[in-house]
Formats: sequence, structure tokens, C-alpha cells
Amino acid sequence: MSDGRPHADEYYPGPVHQPPVHIAGTHVEHTHGHHPKLQHHFDTMAQQVEASTLGMWVFLVTEIMFFGGLFMAYLVYRTASPEGFAEASHHLNVTWGAVNTLVLIVSSLTMALGVRAAQTSAPPKTQVFWIVATMVLGTMFLGVKAIEYTDKFTHHLVPGPNFKWEGHHPAAAEMFYSLYFCMTGLHALHMVIGLGIMTVIAVMAWRRQFDEDYYTPVEVAGLYWHFVDIVWIFLFPLLYLIGGHFIE
Amino acid sequence: METLNYINNGHTLSSWLLTRDHKRIALLYLASITFFFFLGGLFAFMIRLELLTPAGDVMTADTYNKMFTMHGVVMVFFFLIPSIPAVLGNFLIPIMIGAKDLAFPRINLLSWYIYVLGGLFTLTAALSGGVDTGWTFYTPYSTAAANSHVITAALGVFITGFSSILTGLNFIVTIHRMRAPGLTWFRLPLFVWAHYATSLIMVLGTPVIAITVLLVAAERVLHLGIFDPALGGDPVLFQHLFWFYSHPAVYIMILPAMGVISEIVQAFSRKNIFGYSFIAFSSLAIAIVGFLVWGHHIFVAGQSVYAGMIFSFLSFVVAIPSAIKVFNWTATIYKGSVRLDAPMLYAFGFLGLFTIGGLTGLFLAAMGLDIHMHDTYFVVAHFHYIMVGGAIMGYLGGLHYWWPKMTGRLYHERWAKFAALMVFVGFNLTFFPQFLAGYLGMPRRYHSYPDEFQVFNVASTLGASVLSVGYVLPMIYFVWSLFRGEKSPADPWGAKGLEWETPSPPPTENFFVTPIVTHGTHQYAPPSKEVGIV
Amino acid sequence: MFTNFPFFPEQASAQAAQVDGIYFFMLAVTAFFSLLIAGLVVLFAIKYRRRHKDEVGVDIHGSLALELLWTIIPFMITMVMFGWGVKVFYNMYRPPAGAMEIYVVGKQWMWKAQHMDGLREVNELHVPVGRPVKLIMGSEDVLHSFYIPAFRVKADVIPGRYNHLWFTATKPGRYHLFCAEYCGTKHSGMIGWVYAMEPTAFQAWLGGGNASDTPAAAGAKLFEDLVCSSCHRDDALSRAPQLKGLFGHTVQLQNGATAVADESYIRESIVNPQAKVVSGFQPIMPTFQGLVTEEQLLQLIAYVRSLGEAKPSAAPAGAAATPGPGKE
Repeated sequence: MSDGRPHADEYYPGPVHQPPVHIAGTHVEHTHGHHPKLQHHFDTMAQQVEASTLGMWVFLVTEIMFFGGLFMAYLVYRTASPEGFAEASHHLNVTWGAVNTLVLIVSSLTMALGVRAAQTSAPPKTQVFWIVATMVLGTMFLGVKAIEYTDKFTHHLVPGPNFKWEGHHPAAAEMFYSLYFCMTGLHALHMVIGLGIMTVIAVMAWRRQFDEDYYTPVEVAGLYWHFVDIVWIFLFPLLYLIGGHFIE
Repeated sequence: METLNYINNGHTLSSWLLTRDHKRIALLYLASITFFFFLGGLFAFMIRLELLTPAGDVMTADTYNKMFTMHGVVMVFFFLIPSIPAVLGNFLIPIMIGAKDLAFPRINLLSWYIYVLGGLFTLTAALSGGVDTGWTFYTPYSTAAANSHVITAALGVFITGFSSILTGLNFIVTIHRMRAPGLTWFRLPLFVWAHYATSLIMVLGTPVIAITVLLVAAERVLHLGIFDPALGGDPVLFQHLFWFYSHPAVYIMILPAMGVISEIVQAFSRKNIFGYSFIAFSSLAIAIVGFLVWGHHIFVAGQSVYAGMIFSFLSFVVAIPSAIKVFNWTATIYKGSVRLDAPMLYAFGFLGLFTIGGLTGLFLAAMGLDIHMHDTYFVVAHFHYIMVGGAIMGYLGGLHYWWPKMTGRLYHERWAKFAALMVFVGFNLTFFPQFLAGYLGMPRRYHSYPDEFQVFNVASTLGASVLSVGYVLPMIYFVWSLFRGEKSPADPWGAKGLEWETPSPPPTENFFVTPIVTHGTHQYAPPSKEVGIV
Repeated sequence: MFTNFPFFPEQASAQAAQVDGIYFFMLAVTAFFSLLIAGLVVLFAIKYRRRHKDEVGVDIHGSLALELLWTIIPFMITMVMFGWGVKVFYNMYRPPAGAMEIYVVGKQWMWKAQHMDGLREVNELHVPVGRPVKLIMGSEDVLHSFYIPAFRVKADVIPGRYNHLWFTATKPGRYHLFCAEYCGTKHSGMIGWVYAMEPTAFQAWLGGGNASDTPAAAGAKLFEDLVCSSCHRDDALSRAPQLKGLFGHTVQLQNGATAVADESYIRESIVNPQAKVVSGFQPIMPTFQGLVTEEQLLQLIAYVRSLGEAKPSAAPAGAAATPGPGKE
């Protein structure tokens, strides 16, 4: 049965309109006057927005798995030495930790308001205000962490040759602080990257690039920011609140 | 005047190095992956040269240890994991779904640059003296005792992992959001299903090895002690974290090859795949269950017997979807119209060798038997049957099948058949004796060995020589075809699929008009009374 | 090279035959399915070869019956393999009570064995035929793995914990001993010989050997040298738990949990005393991590053991201990 399809021994003269066989019909998708931000490989803005947000969600899943390895290590070692971890955790300052938690929660609020500002075509000043507020809070967070890290350094709580532990469970304490620095350090790195992203978004907002028809970058940056916040929400109780120490 | 296609559409270096075209990026990957394949092959050559005689007389023990380590690191992370997805997946997925490009073209390019950066780190480690921990980086040797460039190599792996993650992310979003009108999930080519399943693994698994090798590097630099027993750490925790990724990683290596085989078997039987939805669901099943079996690498390390039993059980379960696929491919050939062109020869090789490789995996899943076989050459033979007899055969078959589409040229078919035969014969001669040596008790990673193992090693080295000829030949005739090969029509094979609807090579935007799909791909005969379910 | 090479390892232990049993079953299944697929594929390629340029295959999409058939049958076969594998593993994991114990320490790049009566061996292990032998193994440095192919036994040797393996040799002879976990430069040199001897020959070997102190006696000396006796006294002034009759006993811990006082527990108590504090005692024991080698730890354990054991525990030593840090 000949199906009119070319075979290897026949030359095909050129790539002009070959009749596609199992394709029902052709359909010219090219619309004039599309949004200036529509990238040419997408057919519609809606498709572009959905692809971008799905992309960020998938990326956040990879971040969960990335932090997940550290959470697993934490789980294993805390189960092995619960009193040791509790004892070590008491040397963390719950007040600073709580302040940081509050700071990040508020920063998620300001972030959400920033997304909303873009989404409702608010004036660029308003959009930039909320984004910068988020950045200020993020910087405060990092400032507190710097204070805490310095404190740990002066008290010989940085694992390695200078680690000194006076309490009962030195091995467990050193393990706790190894995980403390790895987990909060990785989190802080993500915060720094977040601040970089926010800078870019703020500049774009200042340049009037966002309105109700196009605000995907803000939305997607917001998703990232909320994720970094949520990681902290897990880190805070797991690191700072072991053994009900805030009651003492 | 040559018609405009993606290859001649821009001749400058920057039009290639700054391209956003998924097809050009695929070719960038092809070049770099080929480089790493031959680098890994060079290390393999050194290994086999040393193992010709029982005594360690060609190189020092330390050098040998670096050879097998770097063979593993380069082949796993820089060849096998990217190969089919980065070259064939990148090139074909948008075309197969009727799209103009992947969802994130710039991230696709970034993905390649990250791969190259990671490769440079690893190359630096190799050139500045090598790393000798084994590609598995087991602690505490890697964190406390090794005297080689562990950190550079670990960082190379860490960086390249992000290339994998971004590729997977791109594929997932593309397949979800960029399908042409009418192209429902169950009309997708099985090549696309295979890559979707692979992408799930890439995205979920790779971050875990990223954090794990990062911790190894941190431990080495900062003396943290997470895996160091002297500081209360647990070396077996490293093994759990490592294998949590590295087992699913082997499915990253094989699933795309299975996707290629599905396509080739249909094209060269001119027949619909038998059991389409079973193959599609099997791909997903392999991806999911593949995450639950990592403990079968840790049976003899003193892991809880009950945990071991669960891992053993699931390791047997994960074999079933692969078996289903093999039966379905075989049934596809039944009453087909079969032509043994080079791609089909590779597919046949795959069917036989993957079956053996997969079944020998079951030996290792049986706990009582694994005690004897763990860390012997039986394991080495098993995974080479799957990765070389399976994945590389799939890669070569796919490269031959789609070469005319990608380059617009036909390669020399008779040389290709000859090369395929050399690969098949060379491969079996290299690795079958290793099963025997393994059961006899020859351990892995041995620089020197007792005399009674020599005959197997000599056969193996002989086979490797033949195999290497089989790998070098395509380099020659593929390159030759670029300059002197016959020009290819849009569909040289008489095959079905959206990629055959567009010229060879395709225009930059893939299609001149967006296709609309009305029924499943790969319908060869006129639809008759349908026999059985899809 | 071509003379006298074996294709198949000797069966020199009671376990070997069990392991080879599964092996042959799986070999048969593998051969069957590989030949089946290869045969069918070749047959179809010939029978259905394309005869003219435009020929296409028949329009067949699938068959639920076939899919079920080739899902269920392989599943059943794999379940047989699974169950059989578990059975063999379980037997190989549980040494019988009364097995002769030998301590083994792996270090880069040698094996050191210590018999209970004092004889020490390096890269060699002499064992009697016909009697269960249990090896309790630790590592001084990195991962190793103790492997005797002819016995079909292997266990990883992991720093920071003890693993064990057991076997009953059945055939006198000399068998390879290999390290089977990559451990650095001389990994392939970390090999030796296991000598299985008839019981009388083994007794003769034991008697003629250059016996040093038994591990228990060496341990007693260490106990004094390290001044353990200043706290671990036999009388009411003891600030530390009694060691007499401790071995094998179930101990009540401070946090309410219990632990069995086996080799792993005692080792941990010496290197990381705060991990498990006995109920009613203060956590004042200093750590001896870095002050004692793995061999010395085994000697101290042998000493504690010699002070009397609780009734032999039903569970295999090591399996019932609650995990501490450094274990799974």
C-alpha cells in the first residue's frame, strides 16, 4: 500500500509545505499585536504564565529534596542522641530565633503585598515599596544570623579543632552544631540569593514592567521567597526549641 | 541555494555558543558528551590493560585506583546520565510534541554551560593528579583518608547535578504545557513518556546527591564529622544518602534508552507498539518504585534485616515493569514488517543484553545470594550489561535512527551494521567472563589478583579491544557523512511521528505551521478492527 | 594461565550449598528468559522480514490477557526468589548459640584475628571443620569487608561499630580471604588465607602456637592500667555500674529505655559513655576515644565477659542492642 510518503531512495526536493498525514488541518497561530513580553516559542501569554509558575514549583520541589538530605541527617542523629541534642540546643538563643521567625513571616506578608500590587497594576512606587520592605526584612534576618554566628564563634561552638563543650554529651553537641551551621548556612545562602532576585524584581518594577497583564516574575520570585520562609519555619523549632527549653 | 534550516541559520561562533535553539544545544551536548565518553573510555582502557596480568605491573596501585574512580565518575555523571536526554531528548521532545522549543530555552543553554563547568572541575581533578575514592565516594575513606583531589571531583559532580536538574525541570514543564493542540497524554510518543518519567527522577533525586557530595567536601575542608565515626558520625548514613540518588540514577540512564527502543522497534517493524499504555505506565512505575530500593546496596553493611527485606522485596517488584516492556517490544515485532537497519540491530542487541542485565540484577536483589556477590565482578558485569548493553546501545541506536533528521545526511549503512556487530560481539566478550570471575570470588576494584582469575581477565581485555573499534567506527563514518553523506529526505525510514513530518534538518522553528493532532502517532496500517487494547 | 582454572568456586562451608542453590535456580530462570527473548526476536526478524518497499505491519494494539500473563508469572517467580533469598540470609545472619568466637580487626591494609585463647594471626585465620565459628569484627580506620568466597560469607567491617558473620567450614583446605570494600592503596593487597582444619589438627595448631595473653587476660591488664577499677568496683563504694555478670544482661538506662550489654554496648560505653547512662548513676565516666585501639577494645570486652555472663541471650549478639550513634 503506497501512502505517498517519500522513501530513502527518492529524493525530496525541498522543505516546502509537505502534506502532513495524520494531522487534521493546519492552523495559523500567529496573532498580531501580542503582548511585548510574550516569548516567541509560546503561543499565548496564558501558556507562558502557566509554564513559568509550573517551572518554579518544580524547582521548589528540588529545593525540598536538597534540604531534605540535611533533615534526614538531623533525624538520624537526633534519634540516636536526644538528650545530647536537647542540651546543645539550649545554647541557642531562642529570642533571636523567634525574632527571625517573626521577621520572615512579616517579609512573606510584604512579599505577598508586592505581588498583589503588581497584579492590580498599582503604581510602580507602591510595587517597589513592598519589594524593598521585603528586602529590608530579609537583610534584618541575615543581620541577626551574623550576630548569632559571631556569638557561637566566641563561645567555641563552631565544630572543628576549636570546638569546646563543657556539658555531658560532647559528641552529640558537636554533631548538633555541625548540622546547625550546615542547615542555617544553606538557608542563609538561599536568603542571599533571594535578595539578589528581589533586587532584579525591584528594578524591573521601578521601570514599570509589571501590570495586571504581566507580573509573572514577581509571582515566581514570591514563590521562591515563601519557600525560603517555610524552610525557616521548620528549622526554628527543630534547632531552637528541642526539649521545651523555652519554658526554663 | 541551500534552504534555511537550524544548522545554516547563523554561522558565527556566538550564534552557536549563545543559541537558544534546543536543536543547537543538543549538538553542543553531543560534542561535549562524546569528548567525555572517550575520556572515560581511555580510563577503561588503562584498567583493562592492567588487568591483563595478575600482578600489578603496569601502574602503581594508587594510579590504578584513580583509573577506576575516574572511569566511573566520568562515565556515570558526564556521559550516561546526560547522554540520551541532553542530545536526543533536547533535540526531539519539542518536535515530537509539535512545539517550537522547550519551555525555557535560556535555562536549556545554562544547563549546558553548567555541565561544561562541572566537567572542567572534574577534568582539573583528573589532570592535577586524579581522585581515588571510587565513584561512590564512600566515607570515611573519602573524608578522612584519601590523599587525592576529592574536593575538586566532588564539586564537579555537585555542579553537573544542576545541569541534570534543570534539564529535567525543562522537560516536565514542556511536556505539561507545550503540547500541540489535540496531542493528549495518551497520544504522546513513548520516547516522550520515557523522558517524562526520567525527568521526575532527575528532579527529585539529583538534589540529594548534591547535598551529599557537598557534605563530603565540607567534612574534608571543615572537619565537620557528619560521616566520621571518630566524631560520632555514621559512615553508613553516607551510603544511604548516596544511594538514595544513585539507585534512581540508574533509571535515569535506562529509561530514555527504553524510550528510544520503543520508537525504533515501531519504526523498523512498521507497526504500532504492542501495549502502549502498559509501556507508558511501566515507565512511571519504574521511576516511582526505583526510589524505594536503594538499601539493596547496603545488605552486607549491617543494616537491619527487616529493612533489608523490604528493600529486597521492592527490588524484585521494580523488575516487573521492565519485564513487561521487554515482552511488549518483542510482541511489537510479531507480524511486523521488519528491516534490520543499523538502528534495529542496536535495538535487538538491547533486547537481549538488557534482559540478561536486568535478570542478573535479581541475583543481587536476593539477600542471601548478595552476601557472596556483593562487591565482586558479578556486580560489575551486571551493571555494564545494563548500562553498556542497554543504555549505550539505546543511545547509539537512537543516534543512528535520528542522525538523518538531525544532520540532513545519511550515514553509510554497511559500515554501521559492521560497527553494531563489533559492539555486540566485543561487549559480550568483555563482560560475560566477568560474571564467572565474580561468582568465583574476584572482588571489584582490585589492582592485582590471584592467578586463577587471569583467563577471565584476558578474555575481557580482548573483548574490550573489539568493543573500542565498534565505538570508534561511528565517529569516523558519522563525521564523514557530514561532508560526503547522501542528503536525507524528511523521512528516510518510512516511519511515523511528528519529527518525520518536518524537513531533515528541520528549520529553526521546527514547523512552518503548528500541527494539530487528531489521533495517536505511529499508525502504520489503516486502522482495522483493533486487536486488543491499546 | 590456561591450566587448571576453576569456573566455579568450591563449596567449603555448610552455607555454600544453600547459596549455590538459589544461584542455580536464578541461573536457570535467567537462561530461560534470555534465550526465549533472543529466540523470539530472531525468529520474528526472519519470519516477518520486509518483503517489499511499502509493506507495513499488521494493526495490532495489545492484549490484556497477554499483559496479565506476563505480569503475573514474572511476579510469582520473583516472589519465590525473594522468599528464598530471605530464608538463606536469615540463616546466615544468625549464628547458633555456642559458636566459637574469634575477634577480627581490619585496618589498612591487613587483617588481624584474635582467638579467645590468646593466639593471634595476621592475614590468616585457622578454623576447625564442623564447628560453627562466629567472627566479631571491627575496623581501625576505614570501611573494609571480610570475604571468604569458598564459604560464601561476607560482612562489611565498619569503624565505630561491630559486625559479625558466621560459618561452619565443612572441607579442610586453604581458602582465599579478600577485603571486599575499597579501602585505599593496598585494597587488593589486603588478602590472606583461611585454613580449615580437622578438629584434631586444629587442636594441635592451637597448642603449638605462640600464644600470648588471652584477650581476657590482656583486657584485665588494661583495666588496671587505665584505672577503670577506681570506679568500677565490686563493692558498695562503686560509683559505676557493676561489671560482674553484666555481659548479656539487660540494662535499665536513665532515660527509661533498656539496652542489652553486648559487645557493641560495652564498646560504646568506653568510647562514648554519655550515650547510654545507666539508671541511678551519674554521667561522670570519661571517654576513652582515641586512647584505646580497636584491638584493645576487644580485649576489654573479653575481660568484662570473663567476669561472668548473664543467661545466654536468645537473640544473636548485636541484633538486640538499641542503636546508638554510629549505628544505622
